[in-house]
Amino acid sequence: MDTESTHSGYSYHSSRSGRSNRHGDRSRERHKASSSKDSSRSERSVVINPPDTPSQDSPDDNWGETTTAVTGTSELSVSQEEVVGLGKGIQDRTQGFRRYLPLAVGSCVGLLVLATPLVFLLLPAVMWPDRLQVCGAACEGLFLSISFKLLILLVAVWALFLRPSRACLPRVCVYRAFLITLTLLLTMSYWLFYGVRILDAQDEDYHGIVQFAVSLVDSQLFVHYLAVVLLELRQLQPCYSVCVIRSTDGETRHYNIGQLSIQRAALSILEYYYRDFPLHNPALLSASKHRAAKHLAGLKVYNVDAGAQPSNGNQSRAMVTAAGKRKDSAHNELYYEEADYERRVRKRRARLVVAVEEAFTHVRRMKKEDERATPSDIMDVREAALAIFPSMARALQKYLRTTRRQHCHSMESIQKHLAFCLVNNMSPKAFLEAYLVPGPTLQYGPERWMADQWTLVSEASVTSGIKQGTEFLLKCLDFSLAITIKSIPYIRLTEEYIDPKSHKFLLLLQSETSV
Amino acid sequence: MSFVPGQPVTAVVERVEIQKLRQGENLILGFSIGGGIDQDPGQNPFSEDKSDKGIYVTRISPKGPADLAGLKIGDKIMQVNGWDMTMVTHDQARKKLTKKKEDVVRLLVTRKSLEEAVKHSKGCYPKP
Repeated sequence: MDTESTHSGYSYHSSRSGRSNRHGDRSRERHKASSSKDSSRSERSVVINPPDTPSQDSPDDNWGETTTAVTGTSELSVSQEEVVGLGKGIQDRTQGFRRYLPLAVGSCVGLLVLATPLVFLLLPAVMWPDRLQVCGAACEGLFLSISFKLLILLVAVWALFLRPSRACLPRVCVYRAFLITLTLLLTMSYWLFYGVRILDAQDEDYHGIVQFAVSLVDSQLFVHYLAVVLLELRQLQPCYSVCVIRSTDGETRHYNIGQLSIQRAALSILEYYYRDFPLHNPALLSASKHRAAKHLAGLKVYNVDAGAQPSNGNQSRAMVTAAGKRKDSAHNELYYEEADYERRVRKRRARLVVAVEEAFTHVRRMKKEDERATPSDIMDVREAALAIFPSMARALQKYLRTTRRQHCHSMESIQKHLAFCLVNNMSPKAFLEAYLVPGPTLQYGPERWMADQWTLVSEASVTSGIKQGTEFLLKCLDFSLAITIKSIPYIRLTEEYIDPKSHKFLLLLQSETSV
Repeated sequence: MSFVPGQPVTAVVERVEIQKLRQGENLILGFSIGGGIDQDPGQNPFSEDKSDKGIYVTRISPKGPADLAGLKIGDKIMQVNGWDMTMVTHDQARKKLTKKKEDVVRLLVTRKSLEEAVKHSKGCYPKP
């Protein structure tokens, strides 16, 4: 156990490469209580391993076999990653069916919708061709119109219904179901009419039949227009203001959205979450949990009267008053701890900025006159990044450890970012910005999100529309997002005309006159 | 000393009589005034109520006639020779104080300490 805590953060990379890295992480997480000790230990023996070191695999393989079961309530976020990974494997197989169901239904209905007018036109020509009236010029003009309208309908149906959906929602969208029902109803009623009045009666007026088919295509285009309004346009105009709060660290954002059902609103909010919220960092929450644990650990309530059970209310009230009377200096500790932490972070940051600026001075773009330089000095961007990386690596690693973000950045990703900055002529400050500020969740790879599987918890039905005062919860394994909805107020705007000549001014002085 | 429109203004005043001093061609009193209904009352450092547009004494030349007569800096001038000073412009106040034909001005001035002195004296002596 002792040896693993000296592994540097850069040996941790993508989930594919195996359990050995997670074991290193797990031991680091477990030493959180003595985090200062841990960091001092690692400072003395910093090991920057290039990726894919085979040496880590052998001692750790056996350790994985004896690991006990992981629980969802532990704050060892790394173990939960494994659980999520397991769950995802099982669910992917069943999701395949659900994901393609709307596509299948959509294409069936689409084919029906497209084929019906053609069938209407062909059946008379096939079944009673001799009694059919000759199609004149106007009738043939209608053929042209039908063909173009069908083409447009084809493209429109594909655009709205047949494209792969970007999310899987818990319930069927009410409007889509309504539209499909309406389309089928429309088509069925036309078929009924056609069957009774035209097929049975064997109508000879082909012009009328063609006009009938054109009217069907027109109605289908109007239903499609209704679909565009219901599915796309209705939610564009903002009506509600949404407040999203993350449960672990209280990050709050506000957004404006339009009229949507609860599940669609949850979907848009999740897209905003990935864009705006900084990455969830479980390492930053341990301090407050320790304080809370210490606070409770100091109190013990004993039941002196054996047999007489005091009510729960009395017991908890006694605990609260006892806690209030006990003289604790937790606030003092917190104050000095935070001041100390600030100072440490600022010191490390200063060292980091200086190291990076120095590193960037060692490399510059090759200019015309440098072509005569020795070939060994000329490097491509990857080699240049690798060459200047070691001089700033130590400072960067220390800074990331102090701000507890070392698990977000692997050595490979840092080198890649460095190469990117060199190619685009960025300043050292631009390179550093990615490490000084925790970026939005989407910036990091999916293995770091800790937010893959979302559950919508709502008291109202998830297909009902959002209203003023709706509240629901979006849960994932580690944290949840609490969402409250308020409507945007009705704004009453009036106008007032001011004559430009009416702007006149007086000078107010405090003059002093001696008499 | 705050002014409520429609209500009479009451204040405890002191009578100050200043003899003008002849300096060359001019008759001077030896103090400066500030304020007036055409001035910005918020900038007056001596008034308690920052909407008071009365005439205040802003400076007293030491050993001048006003100083000898007992005028203090920060006093609000209520009357000059019978002319009201609570609702005048700055220029009107200046004119009333610098009339060439008069060589003595009788002012009624008020200050906070006067009010307090009256209150004290009311409180000290028991009512008969």
